Formats: sequence, C-alpha cells, structure tokens
Amino acid sequence: MSTIHKSPWLLHYDGSSCNGCDIEVLACTTPVYDVERFGVINTGNPMHADIFLITGGINSQNASVVKQIYDQMPEPKVVIAVGTCACTGGIFKECYNILGGADTVIPVDIYVPGCAARPESIIDGVVKGIGLFKEKAAALEAKQKAQ
Amino acid sequence: MTVQTRIIFAICYIILAPFVIGLLDGFDRKVSARMQGRKGPSVLQPFYDLKKLFEKEFLTANKAQLFMVKSYLCFILLSGVLFFAGFDLLMVVFSLSTAAMFLVLASTSTHSPYSSQGTHRELVQMMACEPMELLVAVGFYLAMGTFKVSEIAVNSKLGVMYLPGFLVGFIFILTIKFRKSPFDISTSHHAHQEVIKGVTAEMVGKEYAYVTLAEWYENAILYGIIGLFFINSNPLSIIGVVVAILCVWFLEILIDNTSARVKWQLMLKLAWGVTIVAAGMNLFLLEMIKG
Repeated sequence: MSTIHKSPWLLHYDGSSCNGCDIEVLACTTPVYDVERFGVINTGNPMHADIFLITGGINSQNASVVKQIYDQMPEPKVVIAVGTCACTGGIFKECYNILGGADTVIPVDIYVPGCAARPESIIDGVVKGIGLFKEKAAALEAKQKAQ
Repeated sequence: MTVQTRIIFAICYIILAPFVIGLLDGFDRKVSARMQGRKGPSVLQPFYDLKKLFEKEFLTANKAQLFMVKSYLCFILLSGVLFFAGFDLLMVVFSLSTAAMFLVLASTSTHSPYSSQGTHRELVQMMACEPMELLVAVGFYLAMGTFKVSEIAVNSKLGVMYLPGFLVGFIFILTIKFRKSPFDISTSHHAHQEVIKGVTAEMVGKEYAYVTLAEWYENAILYGIIGLFFINSNPLSIIGVVVAILCVWFLEILIDNTSARVKWQLMLKLAWGVTIVAAGMNLFLLEMIKG
C-alpha cells in the first residue's frame, strides 16, 4: 500500500500572479490552517516535490521554467492550478505576453478557482490532489511491473 | 564483553535505531508544531515520508551518486556497529568522518549549483564539528584510561563528573550535526529551505530515503555518545542516560524553534570558540587533577 497520500510535499511556483494567491498559499502553512497536519511540507526543491502548485498565469518568459520544473519532478505527481489566473489567465488573459492558464504548458489535474483563492479552497484542492495520488501511484506501480 | 553480547548489541542497533530515532523525529515535529501553535502531523509522519520516498520514481543525473549514497549509509552503519558493540570510540569518530566524505562525494557528483553550494557549506560544518568529536574521544581516554566503549560503559566513574566541558561542547555541535537552526546551513532537518535543500538537492526518491535513514542511524550514535557521559557500572545509571538523552533532545528542539539561521562564518567561530573554551578548560583541569 502506497503512503504517498500521507506525505504529499508541495512545490509552490508563482507565475505572473498579483501575489494575492501566493499569500493565501502561505496562509495554509500558518497555525490557523496548518496543512502540515496532513503531512504536507512546503519544499523548495522540485526533485522532492509530489504536488506542483501554480499561482498566476503563464507568460512567454516563465513557460519554459514551468515546463522544466514539471519535468524535474519524479512520478507520481499532481499539478494544481490555484486561482483564476492559473486556471485561465484571469484578468491578465488579454495581455500581449500572457499565454493563458497553467494548462497551456503542462497538464493540470486540479483547478482551484477564486480571486484570490481562499485558503479553505486551496486545502480542498490539495486534498482532492491527494485523492488522485492513490490512482497515480497504482498506475506507476503497474507500469513498473510491466517493464 | 563477550562476542555474543557484542553481536546482540550490534543487531539491536541495526534493527531498533531507525524505529527509535524515527519516532523521536515524529515527536520532534509534533513538539515543534505545538511550540508554534499548530497541531502538527502524526508522530508516524517520518515513517510515511520515508516509505513514500522509496516508492517515488528514481531520477538521477549521475548513476554513481546512488553508489556514494549507499556507501554513506554503510559507513554510518559500520560506525554504529563499532560503537554499540563496544569497540574503540576513536575508530567510531574516524568512521563517521569517512561516511561524511561519501555524502560530500555524492552531492558533488552532479553539477547542480545548489548541490555544490550545499557541499561547500557541509565541508565547513564538518570543519566546525570534527575537533569537538575527536576531543570527546580524547577526553574519555584521559578520564577513564581507555578508548573502548565497552570499558567506558562499565567504569565505576561517571563521565559527566570528569568531562562537563566536553559535554557542553558536544551538545553545542549536536545542533550542527542534527542540521537544526541556527546551524542548518548546508541542508535543513525541517522543511525550511536553504539553498533548495543544499547537499540533498539532487537526491531523488530512494536516494533521499537512504540519506534520511543514514541520518537516523548517525543520530542514534550521537545520542549514544551523550549516554556515554551518564553511564557507569551501576545498572540504575541507565535511567540517567534516558533522562539525559530526552533532555538533550528537547533542548535541541527548543534551540531550533527559538533561533534564526546564522552565516557560516559565525557558526565556525562559535563552534571552535565553544570547543576551545569548554573542552580546552576541561582538558586543562583533567591534566591538573592527574598531576
């Protein structure tokens, strides 16, 4: 039985966000919301991360960065787009340099709407992501057995 | 100490150390969380983390890294077996240094700038700790007349009565060895980020799991050395050992939660300063008493 759903480590990347969602993400780690009680650790290293949490839209400069971070994360991994900008591009969508939401460069598993997304909904998104891990871990195991 | 007892102690160390230290680590996270007004994760969290790391996909830039990491774990295990089976304390210290070199080789085997930066800092940390570790072995020799752990443990003298300065110096460098704030500069025990996890930046999945496991085994040795200060031929001294280890464990958590990270220059000055003053004075007094 995989234990990945009991210790999901987060990597938070800020695209072209207004910082509103970033502050709410950090609020999740404070005593009021305390996501660490679910075993969540806010890591800065993509190689140790299980959940990739993106805030803000994707622009022409950070598209390659987001793609590289995603590629550096070992399987199984889950991507969560937090906030309207990360989901669709939001208020910045029509800007000349904005490509759109996080799903324009990498596959996104969970969309958390809101401007800014509330800490409660971010935690909801993370818990949904944790649910996905069971399926992804089983798929990875089957793939490894087949090899 | 008969051969059978040595083998039993060594096997007990190999089997029990990860469970005991993992659990202490779990309680550490719980107590830290309570100090910060949080609920904190389950006490079994370190075991969940370890199991998860073994299940993750393994990515590496250099296949030699896994070999170095495994060697690091093996040398830590060797040091622990030497210590708990009652062999030479000086050998334990040398074996621990060899293990640390493998960690340095592993982190430099990939050319990540974060890993390199962490390695430089790890080398400075080693430089800060090694004199005190060596002096502890020398101190025990001067006080007890032997380097053998088995003979020190059943000596009629109580180590801490003769070596209080060495104990203070050793507890000081433990903060560096446990990778706790204010000296978590090469990599951090908790999730706090310093140069993106420093020496362990490029270690993925099972590699990071091996490093964590090796750290648990190493911590068991370090707690064992603390215990050596409080043990003597009286069987009741075991209670003193357990109390002393728990006190040191709590003190380290308290320091971790109440101090901010320092620069490496200050760490080196402080570590050597404490070593020279505390252990040096103690060494001087020991020599005076012995005449």
